[in-house]
Amino acid sequence: MTLTFEDLQQIAKIEKDKQEGIKYQINVCVAAGCLSCQSGVVKESLEREVNRRGLENWTRVKGVGCLGLCAVGPLLYLEPDGVYYQGVQVSDVSEILDSLGGSPVSRLDCSSHLPFFKRQQKIVLENCGKVDPESIEDYIAEGGYQALYTALRAMTPNEVIDDVATSGLRGRGGAGFPTGLKWTAVSKAFNKTKFVICNADEGDPGAFMDRSVLESDPHRVIEGMAIAGAAVGATNGFIYVRAEYPLAVRRLRHAIAQAERLGVLGKNVFNTTFDFEIKVRLGAGAFVCGEETALIASIEGRRGTPRPRPPFPAEFGLWGFPTLINNVETFANIPPIIRNGGDWFAEIGTEKSKGTKVFALAGRVNNTGLIEVPMGTPLRDIVFDIGGGIPENRRFKAVQTGGPSGGCIPEQFLDMPVDYESLAKVGSIMGSGGLIIMDETSCMVDVAKFFMEFCMSESCGKCVPCRVGTTQIYNLLSSITNGTGKSADIPNLEELCDLVKNTSLCGLGQTSPNPVMSTLRYFRDEYEAHIHDKTCPAGACNCGGSKEAK
Amino acid sequence: MEAKVGAKTKEAQDTRWRFVNRTMRLHGNAPHALIETLHSVQEHFGFLDTDSLKYVANALHVPLSLVYGVATFYHYFTLKPPGDHTCVVCKGTACYIGGAATILNTFEDEFGIGPGETTSDGKISLVTARCLGSCGLAPAVVFDGEVKGRMKADEVLEKVRRWTENDTNV
Amino acid sequence: MTEQRLHPRGKPLRTDVNPVRLLMCKIDGKDISAREDETILSVARQNGINIPTLCHLDGLSERGACRLCIVEVKGAPRLLPSCVTLVRQDMEVTTNSERVTAYRRKILELLFTERNHVCSVCVSNGQCELQALSVELGMSHVHFDYIYPRHSIDATHSRFSVDHNRCVLCARCIRVCDEVEGAHVMDVMGRGITAKVITDLSQPWGDSETCTGCGKCVHVCPTGALSEKGKSVAEMTKRRQFLPYLQLMRKEGQK
Repeated sequence: MTLTFEDLQQIAKIEKDKQEGIKYQINVCVAAGCLSCQSGVVKESLEREVNRRGLENWTRVKGVGCLGLCAVGPLLYLEPDGVYYQGVQVSDVSEILDSLGGSPVSRLDCSSHLPFFKRQQKIVLENCGKVDPESIEDYIAEGGYQALYTALRAMTPNEVIDDVATSGLRGRGGAGFPTGLKWTAVSKAFNKTKFVICNADEGDPGAFMDRSVLESDPHRVIEGMAIAGAAVGATNGFIYVRAEYPLAVRRLRHAIAQAERLGVLGKNVFNTTFDFEIKVRLGAGAFVCGEETALIASIEGRRGTPRPRPPFPAEFGLWGFPTLINNVETFANIPPIIRNGGDWFAEIGTEKSKGTKVFALAGRVNNTGLIEVPMGTPLRDIVFDIGGGIPENRRFKAVQTGGPSGGCIPEQFLDMPVDYESLAKVGSIMGSGGLIIMDETSCMVDVAKFFMEFCMSESCGKCVPCRVGTTQIYNLLSSITNGTGKSADIPNLEELCDLVKNTSLCGLGQTSPNPVMSTLRYFRDEYEAHIHDKTCPAGACNCGGSKEAK
Repeated sequence: MEAKVGAKTKEAQDTRWRFVNRTMRLHGNAPHALIETLHSVQEHFGFLDTDSLKYVANALHVPLSLVYGVATFYHYFTLKPPGDHTCVVCKGTACYIGGAATILNTFEDEFGIGPGETTSDGKISLVTARCLGSCGLAPAVVFDGEVKGRMKADEVLEKVRRWTENDTNV
Repeated sequence: MTEQRLHPRGKPLRTDVNPVRLLMCKIDGKDISAREDETILSVARQNGINIPTLCHLDGLSERGACRLCIVEVKGAPRLLPSCVTLVRQDMEVTTNSERVTAYRRKILELLFTERNHVCSVCVSNGQCELQALSVELGMSHVHFDYIYPRHSIDATHSRFSVDHNRCVLCARCIRVCDEVEGAHVMDVMGRGITAKVITDLSQPWGDSETCTGCGKCVHVCPTGALSEKGKSVAEMTKRRQFLPYLQLMRKEGQK
């Protein structure tokens, strides 16, 4: 069976017709964050209650992807009223159903968090909280797979790549390499067999954007990959996803099976000569596999150790074939770019960083959760408006971006717009999008030690500077935090950081000193207090002398 | 070398091998199926023992040392049998800042096991995860596959104690 | 075997229809002509310019992991490992700048801190590549803290023994066993600082079912980690001349 555009519209129409007569729709967040607060039970109980009351003809309960504000889950969103409910329990179910059509249950209303929802601009997450992640029909009803149709039937591969290049989209995995250039390189590589790989090995501690996208809107990623495959001439795709995300894996497999059944994946997609299939490969708990060449080694079933580049995967990738590797969020940006055109996308964001970026807000901030803002939004707006500021009226100290490869940004740079260049200028990186907020109770030396412990245990052990250097840096930081630091330790740290940064083989090693270097740059006094006065200014470390000093 | 064990013999020993063999067949018994196969073994047997590593190495034509190298490179794989109950403490940044270290310390004080260890009676395993991706709920702890957010150290101990008590009553 | 031979940059190597071009480059200020499929390291060595290496060994695949062969290339943002970087037209390479030699010395220091390299009691004393490198690079003392890990010695094999205290994880033994002997008895287990060379399923070497006992691994080992039994301090001489020859003969045999 081959699918035509009419079929696609037919599916969308049937789906829309189903909603005819539905007066109220209750969207229950069923992403991992809310599920762990029992949103699944709430959803079941809502469904049971709706059926018991005989409301099923005009009230619909729907499981949807991440609504963003994970801090106060389980979250509900009522359509068409536009009301968000927070912290909903099973006991609240009948009250919610009673209030339909009347005034909302004020006890559960989360209008106080309004700036959180209002300040965002959603492209990647446009369907999150709207579509049922387990239904392809629902995705098609929201215009899904039309971009793939356009790319296959109305555009040449070069036009697709041009559109992506015009959009100015840059890789969302961290380094920010222009996506259009990458696609061009792979499309020009001379080989009949090519691969497309989606990097969903989101290993940064403190980042959960990719997981949320996969759990909330898996079809968008599949569509983006298929468009990429059509553009560069690949017929096989792999999604390399962490085994630690069982829900994302299950939804992804389910979505691929649905797409195959419908014919948007498989042979002769939309009656063209284009064949495309996607397989899921599980990661197994190695951060370094986020690095392109290590990821390829892992898909090939080997130890995930990076190899020197060049040759780049674009010419010598999976099993030696030209391979396109992009991050989940990058692929998720593709369908809207094809639908609305590259120029539309290029208007959003700053001069060099286009579009929006999804961030995972976590740490000492009121509204932890998932947000999407245009590039160039000042950090202060993200932390204080959207994030709702620091709990318990504590003082903001720093924000950490880019995970273990990024740096800590102090208050003086809060008004800086968030884009690739500005972050690099202050010694951090965009990374995949984790934002960890720290307040006065967080010790920066301890934070640096935490990240170095991470890099040390995630180092693959292949090259000497990363394998031994990270261990040496970690040992120095441990002795500083437990009060046995010497004054020679700071120059030693700087020397080691410089060595590891400049001589390591892969990106993991080269960026691993960033947390230490940025904290040494902005919070040197804390290091000195630990070493000379044997006190931890934040009161987080036990430096021996700290108790007497207080 | 000892004689290779065929797929059928293995299945006769333990029917769970059927799932593992299926995974290998799906990938055409190719060496690149190694990680997928190890996932399958761990999913059905709980851990990877020497015997299964040998069987997988033979079936996929992968050198033994490579299989062992892969199994120890990836931290998701475990070569030791897990306890009856598993408690996973997330050590992602948000959870760390939220106090995951305190949870681990009190756990060690109470049950005498550190991360990656199992109590001597084989009841409880303590594991740390790099990041569960539930950073909005930091600190997160998983009790036998059930994720719980915003845990305090004493709440964790309380839950784990209940495991041990229930089991002795049975 | 019809396996397609690949050039280090992944392009199929077809010298018959596509003869390798010659090009000019500059190493340490010296004008040098080279073939486009050669690495900086091999070109430099042919022209009498020495670049220190540890994981590299003629006759084995390149690993690019010890980072001692890093060089400066004009216009490149990073230091490049010369063993895997191909020469290019008009490339200007500096192999011995102050910056590069300082980094090399520090990397060597890190290697010395990682395990317990005590030369005075080592079978390879005087014939050790690590020792020779420290003399060559003028590494007089180690100013980082020693890690002092506890490592074991495996003397279960009838003829050889392995002392993990002296291992630098260059993976030469693994590569020679896999690529030349074809047995793949050895590999690395674990990762990061806990990585360790193992035989089979991390079992004693003597129990290995796959080891052919050819001893190639012992002779390619740069330090005293792998040695023949019965050798006392400073007695373990290693022979490596066989390797390029063996590779060549195997290639001939396949024709």
